[in-house]
Order: sequence, then structure tokens, then C-alpha cells
Amino acid sequence: MQSALAKLNSRLADFEAPKALSLFEWFGELGNFCARLAKAAISPPYEGRELVRQLDEVGSKSLPLVALAGAATGVVLSLQTYASFSRFGAQSLLPAVIVHSLVEESGPIVTGLIVAGRVGAGIGAELGSMRVTEQIDAIEASAVNPYKYLVATRVQACILMLPLLTLAADACGILMGWLTNTLTEPTSLQLFLEAGTKTLTFNDFLPPTLKTAVFGLIVGLIACFQGMRTRGGTEGVGRAATSSVVLSSLGIVLADVLLVRLILVFFP
Amino acid sequence: MEGHAPAIVVEGLRKSFGPQRVLNGVNLRVEYGETLSVLGRSGTGKSVLLKLIVGLLKPDAGSIAIQGRDIAGLSLDQLNGIRKKIGFLFQQAALYDSLTVGENVAFPLKRHTSMSAAERRDRVRELLKQVGMEEHQGKMPSQISGGMQKRVGLARALALDPNILLFDEPTTGLDPITAGEIEELILRMQEQRRAASIVVTHDLHGAKTISDRLALVHEGNVLIEGAFEDLESSQDEFVSRFLRQGS
Repeated sequence: MQSALAKLNSRLADFEAPKALSLFEWFGELGNFCARLAKAAISPPYEGRELVRQLDEVGSKSLPLVALAGAATGVVLSLQTYASFSRFGAQSLLPAVIVHSLVEESGPIVTGLIVAGRVGAGIGAELGSMRVTEQIDAIEASAVNPYKYLVATRVQACILMLPLLTLAADACGILMGWLTNTLTEPTSLQLFLEAGTKTLTFNDFLPPTLKTAVFGLIVGLIACFQGMRTRGGTEGVGRAATSSVVLSSLGIVLADVLLVRLILVFFP
Repeated sequence: MEGHAPAIVVEGLRKSFGPQRVLNGVNLRVEYGETLSVLGRSGTGKSVLLKLIVGLLKPDAGSIAIQGRDIAGLSLDQLNGIRKKIGFLFQQAALYDSLTVGENVAFPLKRHTSMSAAERRDRVRELLKQVGMEEHQGKMPSQISGGMQKRVGLARALALDPNILLFDEPTTGLDPITAGEIEELILRMQEQRRAASIVVTHDLHGAKTISDRLALVHEGNVLIEGAFEDLESSQDEFVSRFLRQGS
């Protein structure tokens, strides 16, 4: 019995060791990647043109999707809260609940997750495909730093664009929330906004919007990292795209927990 | 050219990937005006050798000197200074698929020269004309054939007027006519520039046409090096088999 247990234990150890090792390796490589990225991002020359191209890629091209997701969130919030609040005769609180919920949490997290899906997959697949077709080697062989040209520009674009996309999601959500609400209880947009923003303070609005810059950093960093370390042909490209989305979405959700706590502490 | 130092000197080069030893003490020397073809079976580390020379990979042991400078201890800026003197044609051309043919060729010019936009346009046109791709300037890489991509890759490799050229299987996957055209192009460039070139290839016939010397890599080492006749007169069983199968 004891020898059987020892055998099982040794098998488990064999199984766990490579997994634990590869996890440590992954974090080690990520640390090294961050150091190279930081050095490339702060030292001149700067890749202004590529940054503008990436701002367009991350920002303008994600806008319709983010706006649609924001609008859908607004509709759902309006329908759900109306159903619940009408039971208690608290319909007058509806605008404030919709606005607060969208601005403080739903807008930022929905935008972060939508961008993680669209942009994260795009960056992971693009860089992964460039890696396996030796385009990244060709950039390096041309005496151009790929961390500066490819990585820094994409990460910067994600950091800069996420807060702006969040504003768009918030605006669309509020607008659609009002529209849904007004179908059952006709109210003017001005009145809805006044009621919704009456209790909204600077601390309710700015920190949650700016926290999405951290979401942008997570999406850009993880997607570029997974793309740059792609191995193994088209299968590897698929893996890079999938892992970029999964890991950056997970990173956003976990970071949100921490950031919400920090915001509540520093901006009560 | 560049003083009296040889263009490329490789000594005792070793490289492993995990447990697999790819290069096991390779020695090579290439002078300016000379073309060396590196032959060998697939997976013998020929492409790895080129990537080590251009600093894309780090060797486990041994040294690589470009124009008399050992590249091992160089900073990234110093290494990039050397890379600007090296033109590299990749196996699949490795054109940037988000840029047009013209933008691909202009890529190194934009970053490493102070040329005006008009001067750059002229230079791109001239380079593409040299490889017969002038009228395809506005196309995307996906819109041109593999042979055309190699031509564009060659134009891009020549953009900064390098005096060292590295070709990674320049004719692999091409039909015999296109392969012949690429070989002619390489020969012409070599005659015009008197550069030091290393051509990694499986194509024995092409290697014979374009090179001054050949080196046969086997089991991580250079088994034999010399003119084609030297290889032909070798008594080594592997060399004879390689020449027999390749011709």
C-alpha cells in the first residue's frame, strides 16, 4: 500500500514539475519582455507613424463594436432595473442607477473585455504570424528594434484608446438606457441626464474611466507577449490568438477586483 | 574594402536547442568579392548559421567576427550598426505583409538614411528595377508570386548598399526557370558589388553556378570546404552520396 502511494506521489510530482516550471518560465519571460519593452518605449527615436496606425487600428476600428456593446448593456440595465425597481415603486431612481452602474463598472469592464477579444486576438495572431513567417527576424536584421516598432506602439495605442472607448461605451449605454426607459415611461433626455448625474461626482467618473488604461496595458502587453513568443507554424498562431484573449480577459477581471478596491480606498 | 579584415570569420561555433546540438564547432571564413555556398541536408543548422551571423540568435560557444569585430560583446546599437552593412534574404522572403512592395523596400531606407521622400522614391524605383519588379510597386505581398516575393526581398536586402549578403535558400520552392532567374540576379548583384556572400541552399546545381567555394555541413560541422571540383574528388562516402543525389 505504501509503495503504491509512493508510486502515485512520484507520478504526481513528475506531472506537476514541468507545469510549475513552465509557469515560472512564463513569468520570467514576461518580466524580461516588460524590461525590453520599457527600454524600447522610452528611448528615441519614436515610431510616431506606426503609433498613429495602431491608434486607428485599436481605436476607430473597435469603436462600432464597443458602442454596440455599451448600448446593449444600457438596454439590459434599463430593462432589468425597471422590472426590479417598479416592484418597490422606486422608478425615479432608475436614471441614477443606470448612469452610476455604466460609468463606474459596466462601461469600463465591457469595453475592456470587448477590446481584449477584438484587439487581443488581432495582435496575438498578427505578431504570431509575423514571428512564424520570419517577418520579425527580418525587422531585427534590418537593424530596427521590433520591441520599439511592433510592441511599444501597440501597447501605447491600447493604453491611450481604452479610456476613450470607455467614454463611447458609457455614452451609448446611457443613451440606449434612456431610450428603453422612455418607451415605458416617457421622459426627456435632459431630465433623464439631470436625474442620472445629480449624484455623480468627479471621483465616481474619472478613476473608473482611467482604470481602463490599465486594462489597455494588460491587453497590449499580454497579446504582444503571446504573439512574439509564438512557435510552431499556423497552429502556434492559433494558440497565440486564443491565449491572448483568454489571458488578457482573465487579467482584466482580476485587475478590476484590485482596482475597484484601490479606487474605493483612495477616492471614497 | 573595409581595411584588410575578412568579411566574415566564424570559429568553433556551437549551438544547441534543448538537447539537440545543431552546430558543433563550425569554422568558416568569407572574404570580400567571394561567394560561399553552404550545403547540407535539411535540419543541419544552415539557416541557424546565418541567423547567428546576423545576431538573431546567440551562440553557445565560439566566435563570429564581422569585418574584424567580434559580435558577441556588442550592445544592441553596435550590433545594429553592423546589421546595416548586411543584406539578408530570408527563405520565404519575409516581406512585411501590411506594407506594399514599395514600402517594404523603403522600410530600411526610411529608418537608416536621411533621404527625402523624393530621393527615397527614386531609390526604391531603382532597386525594384534592378530585380525586374518596378511595375509591382503598389501591390501587397499577398498579390505577387513566391518568385516575385524573393525578388522584392532581394531588393529590400540591397537597399542600404550592404557589403555582406546572406541568402537563405533563395531558390527553394521555385520552378526551375524562376530559380535560374534568381540565381542570375544574385550573380549580377555579386559582380556589381563585390560583396561577401553566403548562400545557404540545397540546390547543388545553383550553388555550383553562383559560388566560388562550397561548404558541406554534416552532423553540426563543416565536413568539406572548397571548390566544386574538391568536393567531386572527395573520397568521403557522405560527400559522394550528396553530390550523386543532388545532381
